[in-house]
Amino acid sequence: MFGVKGTGDTSGYGGLVRSSEQPGSSQRPYGSYFDEVADELERAYPLFSDAIEKVIVDRGELTLHIKRERLVEVAKILRDTPSLRFEFCLGVSGVHYPNEKGRELHAVYPLLSITNNRRIRLEVSVPESDPHIPSLVEVWAGNNWNERETYDMFGIIFDGHPALTRILMPDDWPGHPQRKDYPLGGIEVEYKGAVIPPPDRRRSYR
Amino acid sequence: MSSTDFRDPYASARETTEGTVYSVTGGDWDQTATEIGANKEERVVVNMGPQHPSTHGVLRLMLELDGETVTECRCGIGYLHTGIEKNCEFRTWTQGVTFVTRMDYLSPIFNETAYCLGVEKLLGITDQIPERATVIRVMMMELNRISSHMVALGTGALELGALSPMLFAFREREKVLDVFEMISGLRMNMAYVRPGGVAQDLPSGAIAKIRETVKDLRKNFKDNEKLLVGNSIWMKRTKDVGYLDLAGCTTLGVTGPVLRATGLPWDLRKTQPYCGYEDYEFDVITATSGDSYARFLIRMQELEQSLRIVEQCADKLEKSEGSPVMVTDKKIAWPAQLALGGDGLGNSLEHIRTIMGESMEALIHHFKLVTEGFRVPAGQVYTAVESPRGELGVHLVSDGGTRPFRVHFREPSFNNLQSTAAMVEGGQIADVVAAVASIDPVMGGVDR
Repeated sequence: MFGVKGTGDTSGYGGLVRSSEQPGSSQRPYGSYFDEVADELERAYPLFSDAIEKVIVDRGELTLHIKRERLVEVAKILRDTPSLRFEFCLGVSGVHYPNEKGRELHAVYPLLSITNNRRIRLEVSVPESDPHIPSLVEVWAGNNWNERETYDMFGIIFDGHPALTRILMPDDWPGHPQRKDYPLGGIEVEYKGAVIPPPDRRRSYR
Repeated sequence: MSSTDFRDPYASARETTEGTVYSVTGGDWDQTATEIGANKEERVVVNMGPQHPSTHGVLRLMLELDGETVTECRCGIGYLHTGIEKNCEFRTWTQGVTFVTRMDYLSPIFNETAYCLGVEKLLGITDQIPERATVIRVMMMELNRISSHMVALGTGALELGALSPMLFAFREREKVLDVFEMISGLRMNMAYVRPGGVAQDLPSGAIAKIRETVKDLRKNFKDNEKLLVGNSIWMKRTKDVGYLDLAGCTTLGVTGPVLRATGLPWDLRKTQPYCGYEDYEFDVITATSGDSYARFLIRMQELEQSLRIVEQCADKLEKSEGSPVMVTDKKIAWPAQLALGGDGLGNSLEHIRTIMGESMEALIHHFKLVTEGFRVPAGQVYTAVESPRGELGVHLVSDGGTRPFRVHFREPSFNNLQSTAAMVEGGQIADVVAAVASIDPVMGGVDR
């Protein structure tokens, strides 16, 4: 059943894969304060349409996909324009999408404005073959360690970072552990004659 | 004797591009100092940690000294990195709770709640979480804030040489942990908050125990208050030490008591309420001096505010006795019904009877949820809660599967620890300890 052949597995598990897509770009009106943020950014930044690849509003959160060349400019405007005023950058989180050809590595920056009590998110995507993103340390100094962590875990190189070295893994560690092609590791465990494989080799349901 | 034929077994010398470097690991300091003293450009680099008792676990500080003054400070972290974020990608969404609770081990409930709020937002079931489950979460979080602040105060005082506050603090913390044990079965790393609600309802007698504990705590907090607030030695060690102003906090991404010590009343419980915090009466505590003493005072006063919230929760819980603590959607709700038997906590016999003898559907749900887990629609969310150390953010990405695609924790300890250099450079080496203690970093959270 379900195309399983040559195995003693009779559980019906056939490695079925359901397809599921990330939410696509949104059209105006975005709702909530998101229109206002977009308007203000457009007013303060003439290159808006060139810099912003797409706008996604999903689950009540606004994500701006930004071209990497424009990231620092947009960040400075988001921080300095009085009507936007995103004083806080809450770090950077890397995500590795091996199936998105040409834009495998994403860097996600959650921003917080204390003045306006608002949150938005910036997202930058780059190909694995050219994993360079300009550093935001000059805009928000607190991103220093976060960028080092993302470099350590995903191998995204933040150009202009004052000291881009590994932070959590040892200095001489090979590879970038949180990329999807990096194995989790682990050993098989035998219990009463049965062998339990390590977590990354157990069956997964997709 | 020239520097090259210096053969002290404790202080080996080697030539580098920057001059002669001596590694001193023991022996007579005076003798070493005389040997080195000839060089005017001497710099002493002291390695503090990673096993030094006052570096909060396995934090390593590399301090460059000029006499007693710190001229440069670098943090070395990563000694406690356990790859929790990576591990989460290989377990179901529900199993993730068991991992994330171990990140910041002093505030496990906050990790769990932040993670579960994220999963629920991804699932789109935020509105369906039963009221009682939310109140229990709030109560557990506030109790956890007390136990976490007790460690911050106790170890902070211990590190500055005051032993008694630590004894008092841990005595009170133990009472909170007893409540946790009664409710969840565990003192730490409870995995009690689950996507959709909480693992189980409060046991009988829990509210009475909580009320009694709150009374005890309120009385006993005064011990530490009397010992430390206004204590001249304590003030000399902490006042004007580890100063960081508002601009420093925003640019370095520092949140929590350190931010509130600059006078900004930024507390996510008030400014961006989650879990129904808008329905509770409590005050946001601030101070204006921005030093270690201000942070200490804030933590001290937040204890009382947490007690107030716990009392309000107890009132609410008394009224909602018997209502559900898990979403009704059987495709998400964790199926196991726990019960205490002669051999400890386990699946209740009643539940086993239902799934084995009465309801085929219940059996299927149980089997599917436990082996495979539930599917979460593709997308990403960022949820944040106010942990004892600041904004604890969770960035979750789902690809539509039964396992998280990416789990990232924005740990307040990690971001706050970055400000160490800004706080200690230019100060005395003894003040480094006071500054680090006032940041209250938990290395389990920093390294994850």
